[in-house]
Amino acid sequence: MIKKILSRTYIAFIFLFLYAPIAILIFFSFNKARGRGVFTGFTLEWYNRLFSNDLILTSFLNTIIVAAVSSVLATIIGTMAAIGISSFNKKMKSAIMGVTYISIINPEIVTGVSLMLLFVIMKLKFGFTTLILAHITFNIPYVILNVLPKLRQQDNSLYEAALDLGCTPTLAFWKVVIPDIFPGIVAGFLMALTYSLDDFVVSYFTSGITSQTLPITIYSMTRKRVSPEINAISTVIFTIVLITLVIINIKEIKKEKYLTQLKRKFNKNN
Amino acid sequence: MKTKIPAIPYLIWTLVFILVPLILVIYFAFTNQKGDFTIKNFADVSTFAPVIMRSVMLAFVATLVCLILAYPLSYYISRQNKTVQHALIMLVMLPMWMNFLLRTYAWMTILEQNGLINKALIFFGLSPVKLINTQWAVLIGMIYNYLPFMILPLYSVMTKIHKSLIEASQDLGANSFNIFTKIVFPLSLPGMASGVTMVFVAAVSTFVISRMLGGGANILIGDLIEMQFLGMSYNPNLGSAISLVLIVISLCAIMLMQQIDDDDDVEGMLL
Repeated sequence: MIKKILSRTYIAFIFLFLYAPIAILIFFSFNKARGRGVFTGFTLEWYNRLFSNDLILTSFLNTIIVAAVSSVLATIIGTMAAIGISSFNKKMKSAIMGVTYISIINPEIVTGVSLMLLFVIMKLKFGFTTLILAHITFNIPYVILNVLPKLRQQDNSLYEAALDLGCTPTLAFWKVVIPDIFPGIVAGFLMALTYSLDDFVVSYFTSGITSQTLPITIYSMTRKRVSPEINAISTVIFTIVLITLVIINIKEIKKEKYLTQLKRKFNKNN
Repeated sequence: MKTKIPAIPYLIWTLVFILVPLILVIYFAFTNQKGDFTIKNFADVSTFAPVIMRSVMLAFVATLVCLILAYPLSYYISRQNKTVQHALIMLVMLPMWMNFLLRTYAWMTILEQNGLINKALIFFGLSPVKLINTQWAVLIGMIYNYLPFMILPLYSVMTKIHKSLIEASQDLGANSFNIFTKIVFPLSLPGMASGVTMVFVAAVSTFVISRMLGGGANILIGDLIEMQFLGMSYNPNLGSAISLVLIVISLCAIMLMQQIDDDDDVEGMLL
């Protein structure tokens, strides 16, 4: 009994720790006063200002463009890479994977400054191009790591059977291999997309002044000590994430329910 | 289907955007502004020894606290039924999907001189304490931001520890201490190793948390690097030398953790 109370208290403490700061941001986003700490009345003023703030809206659009373009390209290059890597011999494979892990293990700031040096040397103009190149670079490994296990699980006889039945290798590839590894491709794409949307450190070093992403704009807002629009933007982002997760979860639960129903039906018929 | 050709674009990409930039960092670290070979940059780095020491110390403590906080929680979650597990892990991940700058900003509100903690202290008749712009604030920011990176890998290995394994050991007369030391702990080591690596590397290289919560007196290695590349003291050669030191520190942590985790199948571990 005491053990149960103790563990419950502990769990509650951790979740309080995780959510209290967010709750505070949301609470103060409706606060009339500019300063933090004292609640002087309810207002939607900060939301109003947020949605009429051109800098925030532009950087939000930039974030979406960079994330979409870079994660699509990273998914294509990464999926192709995974397919190629799986046909290398063991030694070459582990060498390539070693390099792939470099960019995951490397501290973000090192990735950022090393790419910045490269772009300076290449005399590239800092902006969309450099941002997208940088994002593709840190996104590809996540695609590879999601697609490779799916390729390994794949039964090669299915592909060979398709060839025996008169498929061309290209057709067999599109009809057999791709559908089989598709869940991995989607997972890799989604991971790349989320990392890209959220990235600050690498973008900070590779973006230039004209093409700021939302995290960079948020950073410059937090540098000015008091700006309640941040509370509003936090609330908006939190709500979007929450709704997305709830929708995904409901879908999962529905799928599970459907599967159990199917199972029951199957058992009855037998 | 055996063809190596599709990997070519990736190999070229890695060469241009991962290997060449790293070589550039090394090149810049060993040259001066005129491009002549020098090791002066590293002599300059040594003047920042206190900052480097502080970064390593803070990252170490943050990692340790994260481990202590995350371990029982991960175990608790892994022993629930599937639906509860799913819900709790979602709750752990939810804050991670909010930008970490916003979460760190939230801590500014809490730790400020007239922030919520000090307001509460005054309310209870206690004297306020200085929290913002101290090492404590940086530490709290690190623990808060990186705790999920410890929980998730621990949870993912612990959920694979089968119930029957624990039941069997109970049948054979093991007490809860034995169950922990002989079963749960050894089997959780791979998750621990990857959690520790992720938290330590992220914490030791951060510059945002120290910038926002630590003030000017509590700068870390990350801040030093940022200042050399984008700050007032523009000096990419020195910046590269510091980056190289940071890479070595991270590599040491990773290799140390690999000693614990001899399992080399880490694919998909980040999921």
